[in-house]
Amino acid sequence: MATKASRSAARLMMAPAVILLLGWMLVPLTMTLWFSFRKYLPLRGGDLGWAGFDNYTRFVTSSAFWPSVMATLTVVGGVLIITVCLGVLLAILLDQPMWGQGVVRILVIAPFFVMPTVSALVWKNMFMDPTNGLFAHLFKFFGAEPIAWLSQASMPSIIMIVSWQWLPFATLILLTAIQSLDSEQLEASEIDGAPPLKRFWFIILPHLGRAITVVILIQTIFLLSIFAEIFVTTGGAFGTKTLTYLIFQRVLESQNIGLGSAGGVYAIILANIVAIFLMRIVGKNLDN
Amino acid sequence: MGRITLDKVTKSFGETQVIPPLDLTIEDGEFTVFVGPSGCGKSTLLRLIAGLEDITSGQIRIDGNDATNVPPAKRGLAMVFQSYALYPHMSVRKNIAFPLRMAKLDKAAQDAKIEAAAAALNLTDYLDRKPGQLSGGQRQRVAIGRAIVREPSAFLFDEPLSNLDAALRVGMRMEISELHKKLATTMVYVTHDQVEAMTMADKIVVLRAGHIEQVGSPLELYKAPRNLFVAGFIGSPKMNLIDGPEAAKHDAHTIGVRPEHIAVSASEGIWSGKVGVTEHLGSDTFLHVHGTGLGEMITVRAGGEVDFKYGDTIYLTPRADVIHRFGTDGLRIA
Ligand SMILES: Nc1ncnc2c1ncn2[C@@H]1O[C@H](COP(=O)(O)OP(=O)(O)O)[C@@H](O)[C@H]1O
Ligand SMILES: [Mg+2]
Repeated sequence: MATKASRSAARLMMAPAVILLLGWMLVPLTMTLWFSFRKYLPLRGGDLGWAGFDNYTRFVTSSAFWPSVMATLTVVGGVLIITVCLGVLLAILLDQPMWGQGVVRILVIAPFFVMPTVSALVWKNMFMDPTNGLFAHLFKFFGAEPIAWLSQASMPSIIMIVSWQWLPFATLILLTAIQSLDSEQLEASEIDGAPPLKRFWFIILPHLGRAITVVILIQTIFLLSIFAEIFVTTGGAFGTKTLTYLIFQRVLESQNIGLGSAGGVYAIILANIVAIFLMRIVGKNLDN
Repeated sequence: MGRITLDKVTKSFGETQVIPPLDLTIEDGEFTVFVGPSGCGKSTLLRLIAGLEDITSGQIRIDGNDATNVPPAKRGLAMVFQSYALYPHMSVRKNIAFPLRMAKLDKAAQDAKIEAAAAALNLTDYLDRKPGQLSGGQRQRVAIGRAIVREPSAFLFDEPLSNLDAALRVGMRMEISELHKKLATTMVYVTHDQVEAMTMADKIVVLRAGHIEQVGSPLELYKAPRNLFVAGFIGSPKMNLIDGPEAAKHDAHTIGVRPEHIAVSASEGIWSGKVGVTEHLGSDTFLHVHGTGLGEMITVRAGGEVDFKYGDTIYLTPRADVIHRFGTDGLRIA
């Protein structure tokens, strides 16, 4: 795409896609903004006119708001820490030559293909059920009192389920990154007198920096909006009501579209704050 | 100190034996070059010495001590890799400091050594750059700097110049030779380029398929190649190998005549042929002579002034005192 003619031709040909994507994004965004300033109660009279900033003030002053922000950040942070740490370890493990490597790799990646709703239900009923779950049986086997995971340890449970879903993604990206590490660098550091742990710390981890950044950025975007896992497990109870879930409740359970839309706008703002924050911390890894 | 002894060392990858039993002694302070065609096991041999590969059987001794099962870091050797293997996220200073840091040397001593190495290698201005911001030659020097600061008992080089362009390669060749003179440390150098071997080595080890074909000084190998392989490998352009009746006249199965040992004439000589391609280098002219009945082609190195054109008839006379004779087994006949 060097010449002027080919550049404008390229623009012309990209235009339909760009316009479609822009529309796709702009229409819902504008509608959300529009409704957030309306008093709109579908079952109680429908659109009742302008509400000014009422919806916005009501949303933040509600006692559920700050806990929901905290819950969102806890889930995102917890899942990120677990998936990145375990992802690095698993990637190193899968990079070792071993028998049945192909099968093991497919098994590790498999959870990513399970729908969130399904995986959350499987966890809830097969693992975390306080009477019939596998964990309960395990606890009993060792003579411990089974715990009701989703009510007594609701947040860790949610984080565990979501981490399980996202670990394959992190592992896959980190594995490809590890495979691109020049083995001569490792050998050089071995000759230079670095024992295995120092080789990991000084050579492998810095090499993975960029891949870890990518994993964090992509996962954050998706994790800020997790919903199905909470919907089918705790239903937002026991301190697991994230911002997304709160908006859902405002719109569908309270039947208040205006209030929910204002929450949606707050969610956009939160996502941007987190994104800027992340870019500052880890984004410089993406340079050069 | 850095005397390395290989005693009946073998190496197999699975079923395939890459290094058959091999004995070799590298003397302290010697510049030894392993040379041979690609895939003959030079790198493998070097990696065995470094400890990056386990030997299948045999023994490696460094300064008389059994080093067969000693981990690489404890062998007191430094290695320079073909890809340089610099740590890309560390500055030049950190790269050079890495082995010192691993050895837990105190900061002041580290800095002194880094400064000294950087000064010796002209890297002082680049200490705070990352390897990605350096040219190939500079990266090579950083890799050498990282090796020097450890003060190893021997340096191992694996084709360190093959990623450089021709001019830079000549320069770095000199620098490494000079470094060897200055440090007087054992150096083991792997290359597939016989010119590098001839110009740098105290001792050349010619390898083929893991076998040592001949060990000797560059001139020994040039003057008295032990077999046809060494005869064809050492020297540029290649030695002319002639068999048939012409070889029988010298009581040999094959005779070898180096291009520089053939006199040319437009009127008289022992052999005659037609001039093919001529390569004028200014100082020398390489003539490719066809139709002599001695083989496909005879290469002749003549002075820069000779004036033969494509298709001219040329007469050739080999110098009788430097004709190499080989028997049916390919070995040199004394
Ligand atoms: N890790 C390995 N596994 C299997 N075969 C190898 C391995 N490393 C080297 N080889 C084989 O050993 C032979 C010698 O290789 P190498 O020492 O790299 O040759 P050179 O450095 O002389 O070009 C080659 O045939 C190569 O295929
Ligand atoms: Mg090699």
